[in-house]
Amino acid sequence: MRYFRHTYTILAKDLRAELRTKEALNASFSFALTILLLMSFAFDPTEEMTREFSGGLLWLVFAFAGVLILNRAFARELPNDCLDALLATPVPPSALFLGKALANMVLLLAVEAVCFPVFGIFYNIRWARQFWPLLLVVVLGTWGFTVVGTMFSALTVNIRLREVMLPLLLYTTMIPGLISAMQLTVHLIAGEPLSGALVWLRFLIGFDVIFTSLALALTETVLVG
Amino acid sequence: MAAAAIAVRDVWKFFGDYPALRQIDFDVVPGSCVALLGRNGAGKTTLLRILAGFSKPGRGEVRIGGGQPRDPAARRTVGVLGHGISVYEELSALENLILFGRLYELPDPRRSAMEWLERTGLDRVRDGLVREFSRGMRQRLAVARAFLHNPSVLLFDEPFTALDDRAIAVLQSVLNDALRRGCTIIMSTHQLREALELASHVTLLNRGHLGYTGERTAEMLSDPGYLYARYGEA
Repeated sequence: MRYFRHTYTILAKDLRAELRTKEALNASFSFALTILLLMSFAFDPTEEMTREFSGGLLWLVFAFAGVLILNRAFARELPNDCLDALLATPVPPSALFLGKALANMVLLLAVEAVCFPVFGIFYNIRWARQFWPLLLVVVLGTWGFTVVGTMFSALTVNIRLREVMLPLLLYTTMIPGLISAMQLTVHLIAGEPLSGALVWLRFLIGFDVIFTSLALALTETVLVG
Repeated sequence: MAAAAIAVRDVWKFFGDYPALRQIDFDVVPGSCVALLGRNGAGKTTLLRILAGFSKPGRGEVRIGGGQPRDPAARRTVGVLGHGISVYEELSALENLILFGRLYELPDPRRSAMEWLERTGLDRVRDGLVREFSRGMRQRLAVARAFLHNPSVLLFDEPFTALDDRAIAVLQSVLNDALRRGCTIIMSTHQLREALELASHVTLLNRGHLGYTGERTAEMLSDPGYLYARYGEA
């Protein structure tokens, strides 16, 4: 119980700090909406074509917009040596990591929640025919992305070129997770039931479980050495 | 002889191949105030970071109250004041202290936060965001954050550097109070005379080596240069 109280305290602190400055959120929203709008004007796809590339387009937008949020996850702790103050407390580093990963996930889900209706309007597509399965896929895909991204954010926090290193590490590691999320999204936006793509769902769940376990086990080593 | 509040055993720390600390070995008696001295690059901050649990030694072992520095039980007893103020600029003074009160699992974080805000003279600006604070106000908040959980072991890295007179007065007051309560203090500083007046013990580092560790002597107090002349690097 104490562990989850610590996690919640970190989550609430990160969300409060971000909502006060909106540094990452504004950049992420602007980027995601701009790409979606520009792509809709650049092409004039049929509904069938849109369904086919919907997964790729949406997850690429989420991945690029997400990095803007993830870059701030641990960089926020750098001014004033706040990370040292957090490490000085009796909070387990894994609870600290989990709180930060959840805060990043909430922020990215907020961006995604705005992107889906915009996507529906500008690409003239009914994306919510399999709403609940799609929500499940978005949550699973976003969790995989944020858990890997938060870990690499911690790993690169003291590197001078962290804005370059984070996407480099994150995107290459995320390839399996992003492929499965894209395949599932295409399938569900086409209105097909989730049961027809269970292999990809299992793959995505497996990806999330493996990387969440790894991240929680390695946080102390990453942060303290 | 009382068990050591802090035990440092054969500690080495490497940055790449370079040994920043070499075979450091000493004990800190409970209730003592140790002045950790040495020139720039001697390894004071590296040693304090290992004691605080922010970094692990490459070789050797550190014990705080008999436990590992990263043990939650040890963490609850340690207060750290480093170079940075270690508070969040996007949060108010009260929010910062409540946050750390919760992380230290204090029974009533809000009440503890209010008490320390009053003690550091920040109670009237408790809801102001730290980013709007003057440097002196931030430093006083940093002192409040370090002492909030009533630690019995205090690790200070150049605590008086760049403080304004009011922040120095606050820090001196809480430090004297901590000494009266029997807290153990390790304080790295370049301000020799002030440190030696406060300290009961001295540890001197010379380029990662232990130059001297032991009680502060009368010679050191009467001539602060004596320590470096006798035990400093050649």
